[in-house]
Amino acid sequence: MTIRRARGILPGFGLSLGTTLLYLTILVLVPLAGVALRGATSQWEEIWQASTSARTLASFRLSFTASLAAGAANAAAGLLIAWVLVRYRFAGRSALDALVDVPFALPTAVAGLALTAVYSADGWLGRWLAPLGIKVAYTPVGVWLAMTFVGLPFVVRTVQPVLAEIDAHLEEAAAVLGAGRLQSFLRVILPTIVPALLTGFTLAVARALGEYGSIVFISGNLPMRTEIAPLLIVARLEQYDYAGATALALVLLLTSFALLLAINLFQRWSVRRLGPSPG
Amino acid sequence: MPFGESILIAPPSRQPSVTEPAPVRWLLVSAAAVLLGLFVLVPLAAVFATALRAGLGRYLDAILHPDTRSAIGLTLLTAAIVVPLNALFGIAAAWAIANFRFRGKRLLITLIDLPFSVSPVIAGLALVLVFGRQGWLGGSLDARQIRIVFAVPGVVLATAFVTVPYVAREVLAVLEAQGSEEEAAALTLGASGWQILARVTLPKIRWGLLYGIALCNARAMGEFGAVSVVSGHIRGETITLPLHAQILYDQYDAVGAFAVASLLALLALFTLVTKKYVEWRSRPA
Repeated sequence: MTIRRARGILPGFGLSLGTTLLYLTILVLVPLAGVALRGATSQWEEIWQASTSARTLASFRLSFTASLAAGAANAAAGLLIAWVLVRYRFAGRSALDALVDVPFALPTAVAGLALTAVYSADGWLGRWLAPLGIKVAYTPVGVWLAMTFVGLPFVVRTVQPVLAEIDAHLEEAAAVLGAGRLQSFLRVILPTIVPALLTGFTLAVARALGEYGSIVFISGNLPMRTEIAPLLIVARLEQYDYAGATALALVLLLTSFALLLAINLFQRWSVRRLGPSPG
Repeated sequence: MPFGESILIAPPSRQPSVTEPAPVRWLLVSAAAVLLGLFVLVPLAAVFATALRAGLGRYLDAILHPDTRSAIGLTLLTAAIVVPLNALFGIAAAWAIANFRFRGKRLLITLIDLPFSVSPVIAGLALVLVFGRQGWLGGSLDARQIRIVFAVPGVVLATAFVTVPYVAREVLAVLEAQGSEEEAAALTLGASGWQILARVTLPKIRWGLLYGIALCNARAMGEFGAVSVVSGHIRGETITLPLHAQILYDQYDAVGAFAVASLLALLALFTLVTKKYVEWRSRPA
C-alpha cells in the first residue's frame, strides 16, 4: 500500500464530487464552452467588426462607466450603512438591516418597474427631481441608478463582518495615544477594511456590468445613448446576428473573469492582513 | 464569496467602548435610514401602490386573468424542477468541499460561483448557441424533434444555470464553520455514509439549507434576463411571471404589470422573512 495524504475519513467522496462535477459540466461549462467555441470558429473580421462598431463601442462605454460609477456609489453608501449597522444600537436597526437585502431578493424585473415608476417625470421622486433639471428615467443616470440599486447589498455584506471583527483594543489604544475619532478611522479602521471594501466594490461592478432586468425598463434602450452591452446582445440575437452577440458576450465574459480574479486576489490580501477568519 | 459571509456565521456585533459623539452618531444613522428609505423602501411601496391604483377589483382581474394564471403555472413548474435539483447539487458539492482534501478545490468553488458573475443574458445566449436551431446540438435535436430553446426546457435550463450557487454557498458556509468532528464521531460509532448524512449533517445544516432554498426559489421564480433570451415569448406556453409583467408593461397596462410584479415582490418579502426566521433560529444561545 502506498502512503498518501488522506483525503478525509468520511465516505462519499467519489459520489459527491462526481455529482458536483457532472452537474456543473452539463449546466454551466458546456453552455459557456459553446460561447467560446462559437467565438473561436467565427471569422476574425466578423468578430472585430461586430465589437468595434460605433453602436457596440457606445454600449461598452456606457456599461463600463455606469457600472464603475455604481460600484463607487455602492462603496460609499455601503460603508456608511455597514458602519451604522455594526457600530450603533438604535430603534429600527433590524428593519434597516432587512432593507439592505431587498435588492438581492427582489426580482430584477420588479426592481426595474419600481424604479421606473418612482423616478419617471411624474413619479413619487421624479417629480421633485424634474424641476431641478435632473432627468433619471430614459437617461444614463437611470442606468447608473438601477445598477446602484442591484449592487447595494454587496459592499454592505462584505464590509459588515470585517468591521464587526476589528479588535476594540486597537481603537482604544489609538484613543489613549491621543488620536481623534476621524484619525483612528482613517489610520486604524480604514486600512483593515480596505480589502473587504474593494471586494464588495468589485462584486458590485461585476453585477452591474451583467445586469439586464432592472435596467431594461428605466433606460429606454436608445441605441448610442442608453443602450448597455447586455441589451445590445439581446438586440443582436433578435436579429439572428449570432456573431455580433457572441463578440459582445466574449468581451463581457473576459471582463467578468478578470473581475473574479481580482476578487480572489483581494481576498488573499484580506487573509494576509487579518489572518484566517475564525470558522 | 459573492454575498459575504453567510448570515449563519456572522460574528455577533457589539457596542465598542470608543465611539463617536452623539450628534455624529445621530447624523450617520439618519443618513443611512434616509438613503435606504428613499432608495429601497419607496420603490418597493410604489409597486403595491401602482398595482392597487385602480382599485382592488382591477388588481384581482389582472391576477386572475388566464394569461397571468398560465404564467404562474410555468413559474411554479420551473421552480419545482430547478429548486430540488439545485438543493441536491448544493448538498453534494458542500459535502465534497467541506469533508475532503483534493486538488483544485479553489477552482471548483470559483466554478460554482461562476453563474453569479456571468450576465444572465450571456447564460441565455450560451443556451441558444448550444441548443438553438443554429447551435452545436441544434441539428441532432431538430432531427429528433426535441425543442429546448424557445420552449419550456430552455426556460428550465436557463433558470437552473443562474440559480446553481445559492444552496451550495449557504450549506458550505455552515459546514465549514462547524467542522466535521460530529460526522467523524458518527463514523467511529459505525454509522454508514447515508446515515451520517441523514442523522448528523442534515440536522446540522437545516437552517442554512432552508435559507439557501428560499434564495434559490426567489431567484428561480424571478429570473428575467436569461429566461427572456431563451423563452421566445410564446403566449400561454413559455411566458413566466416576470416576462408577463414586461409584456403587460409594453402594452401600456401599468396596473396589470404592477399587479403581476406585486406577486413577485411578495415572494421577495417572504424570502426576507425566512431569512430573519433562520437568523433567529440559528442564533447562538
